[in-house]
Amino acid sequence: MIAELGHFALALAAAVALIQSVVPMIGAARQDGAMMAVAAPAALVQFGVLGLSFAALVYAYVTSDFSVVNVIQNSHSLKPLLYKVSGTWGNHEGSLLLWVTVLALFGALVAAFGRNLPPSLKARTLSVQALITLGFLAFMLLTSNPFERAFPSPIEGTDLNPLLQDPGLAFHPPMLYVGYVGLSIVFSFAVAALIEGKVDAAWARWVRPWTLLAWVFLTAGIALGSWWAYYELGWGGFWYWDPVENASFMPWLAATALLHSAIVVEKRDTLKSWTILLAIVAFGFSLIGTFLVRSGVLTSVHAFASDPDRGIFILLLLVVAIGGSLALYAWRAPQLKGGGLFRPISREGALVLNNLLLSAAAATVFIGTLYPLFLEVLTGEKISVGPPYFNMTFTPIMGVLVIALGIGAMMPWKRGDLSGVVRRLTAASVFTAVMLGVAAILYWERSALAVLGMGAAAWLAAATVAQLWLRARPSARISVADGFRRMVDLPRAAWGMTVAHFGVAVLIFGVAGASMLTQETIAAGKPGDSFIVGDYTFALTKVERVPGPNYMAERGTFLVTDAESGAEIATLAGERRRYVAGGEETTEAGIQSDLGGDLYAVLGQPTDDGEWTLRLYRKPFVPWLWIGSCLLVLGGLLSLTDRRLRVGAPTRSGASDPRAPAQSAQPAE
Amino acid sequence: MKRVFYLLPLALFLVVAGYFAVQLLSGKDPNAIPSALLDRPAPEFALPALYEGAAGFSSADLKGGGPVVVNIFASWCVPCRAEHPILMRMAQDEGITLHGIAYKDKRDAAQGFIDELGNPYTRIGFDGDGRAAIDWGVYGVPETYVIDGQGMIRYKRVGPLSARHLRDDVLPLLEALRR
Repeated sequence: MIAELGHFALALAAAVALIQSVVPMIGAARQDGAMMAVAAPAALVQFGVLGLSFAALVYAYVTSDFSVVNVIQNSHSLKPLLYKVSGTWGNHEGSLLLWVTVLALFGALVAAFGRNLPPSLKARTLSVQALITLGFLAFMLLTSNPFERAFPSPIEGTDLNPLLQDPGLAFHPPMLYVGYVGLSIVFSFAVAALIEGKVDAAWARWVRPWTLLAWVFLTAGIALGSWWAYYELGWGGFWYWDPVENASFMPWLAATALLHSAIVVEKRDTLKSWTILLAIVAFGFSLIGTFLVRSGVLTSVHAFASDPDRGIFILLLLVVAIGGSLALYAWRAPQLKGGGLFRPISREGALVLNNLLLSAAAATVFIGTLYPLFLEVLTGEKISVGPPYFNMTFTPIMGVLVIALGIGAMMPWKRGDLSGVVRRLTAASVFTAVMLGVAAILYWERSALAVLGMGAAAWLAAATVAQLWLRARPSARISVADGFRRMVDLPRAAWGMTVAHFGVAVLIFGVAGASMLTQETIAAGKPGDSFIVGDYTFALTKVERVPGPNYMAERGTFLVTDAESGAEIATLAGERRRYVAGGEETTEAGIQSDLGGDLYAVLGQPTDDGEWTLRLYRKPFVPWLWIGSCLLVLGGLLSLTDRRLRVGAPTRSGASDPRAPAQSAQPAE
Repeated sequence: MKRVFYLLPLALFLVVAGYFAVQLLSGKDPNAIPSALLDRPAPEFALPALYEGAAGFSSADLKGGGPVVVNIFASWCVPCRAEHPILMRMAQDEGITLHGIAYKDKRDAAQGFIDELGNPYTRIGFDGDGRAAIDWGVYGVPETYVIDGQGMIRYKRVGPLSARHLRDDVLPLLEALRR
C-alpha cells in the first residue's frame, strides 16, 4: 500500500511539474502576474509530493518489505538499520528518486527564499527547473520504477554490496547529489536569464549563493568518497582518476570557475556571457556524469547495473537540456552587453586567468575520461587512460593556478600594479624559500616533485595569510593591534575566501606527501614475521577469526615499532570480512593517523602455504587531505553566511523591500 | 563572425553526444575484454583427472569431436558457485559437452565442490598449481571457452556465465559450429 502511494506520488509530481513548467513560462512572456505566481506554490507542492514518494521508499527499506523488487535486490533483513536506509539510494532506481527529490528541493528553496526576486526571473527559473524534473520523472516512470512489486515475494533480500556498508559511503552519495543536482538551479537561473535577455550584477548576486551551496556539498561529497576509497578499498590510494570520480570532479572544476567569474559579473558587470556558459557547462557535466554512470558506455568500478535503453533515455535528456540551452545561448548570448573595462593586470584579469586554467583543467579531465570511448568508436581499439596521463597534464595546470592565485588575490579591481603586489608578497616569498629549502633537505632524495608540491603549498598558504593581513592593515599607520581588530571585523566573505584558499594549500601539501612520499611493502607473512617500511617495523603478531553482525572477519594484529630504536608506536588491526548473505569479501585497513601521516596495514588473501598477503604502508601527511577538504567546505559556508550574500537579499533597482533589511546596506549596482 | 564563436559550445557538445550515441547504439559491452587467443588453437596440455581412476583431460580431447565448452573453476571462487546452475543446465537440458579444469585448488576441496553442486563436466582436469591455466591466459576464475571441432578457441568469457550470455552468445555459436 505504502509502495503504491509512493508510485502514485511520483505520477502526481509529474503532473505538477508539467503545470509548473508551462504556466509560469507563458505568464512571464505575457507579463501575467497571476500565471507567474503559480510557480512558487507549485514548486513547494512538487517538493512535498516527491518527499512523500522518497519517504515511501525509505519506509519499504526500513521495514524490509520484500514484495518490492528494488528492496529484494538491494537489502537484507540482517543489515544494520543505517545501511537499510542508505540502501535506498545505493541503486539505480532509488538514487534517481533521490535525484528528482533534490531537484525539487532546490526549486522549493528558491520558491521559499527568493521572495524578492523579480517575478518574471523567478517564474522562468522555476519553470526551467520543473522541465528538468519532468524529464527525470518521465525517465523513472517509464523505465525505472522503484516501487515495482514482485509476486510471489521472497522471504529474504539479496543484500547490498558490502563494500557500500560503510558510514563514509552511506553519506557520500546524498552529499554528492545535493552538490551535483544543486547546480541545476544555477543552470535554471542561467537559462531564465537568457530568455529574459538580461544579465546584470543583481543576477550574479542571486546566483552566487546557490552556486556556493551546491559547491560546498559537492566538495564535501567528493572528499567523503575519497576518504572512503582510502580506508575501505585497501590500496592506500585516495584518488584513482576513475571515470566516475572524474564525472564528479568535472562539475566541481566548472562550479569553482563559476563561483569566481560570478564575482566579476557582480562587482564589475562584465564577463556575462562567459558566466552563463559556465553555469550551463557545470550542470552539463553533472548530467554527463549521470549518463556515464548509468548507461554503461564506459568501464568503471562505480557503474550501476547498466542498461542501454536507459542510456538512450538519459542521452535524450542530455541533448534536450544541454543542447537546447547551448542553442539558446548561441542565439541570445551575443546580445548581452559587457560592462566595465579592465586591464589584464587587475583582479578581473586574475579571475579570468583563474577561469582559463580551471577550464583547461576540466578539459584535460574530460578528454582523459572520454578518450578511450572516442578511440573505440573510431577505430575499435581498446585502451585505458590512467593516472600517468592525468599527472602529466592536470598537475602542471594546477601548479600554475596555485602560483597565480597567490598573486591574483592581492590584485585590486580595474587596474593593478604588478611590481607593487610583488613587493607586498616579500614576506610570503621568503617563507616559501625557507620551506622549499627545508622540504628539499628532507625529501629531495625521495621525490623532487613532492618538494615542489610542498613549496607551492607553502607559497599559497603564506600569500593567503599575507593577503588577509594586508587587507586588514593596508598601511603601517594602522597599529598592529588595530590591524588584528580590523581583521576580525572583515566581512565573512573575505574570511571565507581566506579559509578556502588556505584549505587548498593544506590539500596540496597532503597530496604531495600522500602520493609522492609513500613507502610500501607488499609481502607474504605469518604471525611472528616482521617487515621494514621506511623508518618503521611492522610485526604481524596474530591472525584471529572475529564474528561481526552480518559477516565473519579475519583480523590481523600488527605491532608497529620504530625501526631504529625499537620503541613501540602503534597497534593496528586490519580485517578481511566475508559477508554471510552474498559471500563477498571486503578489507578494512588498520590505520593509525597523526599530522605526520598514516601507518596503514592490510591483511590480504591467505596463500597456499598458510601465510597471508600483507600490504603495509607509511603514508606521510594524509590527514592534511581531509583537513584541507574541511577547510574548503568551511570557507564556502563562511562565505555563504555573509550578509551580502544572504539568499535573496539584493534587489534589482534599489526599490526597498521592508522584509529584507540587508539590501539597503549594499547597493546592487 | 562573432556568432560563430557563440555556436562553438553547441557544436562541441553535439560531437560528444554523437560519440555517446554511436557507442550506445553499437550495443558493445565495454567490459568485454578481447582475448589474444581468440580464433587461435587451444594450448597444448595434459592434466590428471580430478577423481582418481577417471580419465584425465588433455588437448587431444578437444580435437576430432564436435564443439565443446571448457570451463575453468575453483572451489574457493564465489562467482563459480553462482554460475554452476547454468553449467548444470547446459549439460542436462541443452546436451552440451562440457569439460572442466579445477584451477589452483586442493583435490578434496574441488571434489567437495562438485559433490555438493553436481557434476556437469564430461572430463575434469586437475590443475592444482595453475600451470596449464597460464597457457590458457586465465586471469580470473571462472572463465569459459567455446572450442570448435578443430580445437580452435571461438569464444571466451571472463567472469560468471549468466543466462543472457548462454542465450545470446554461447548457444547461437554452438548452433553455428555444429552445422
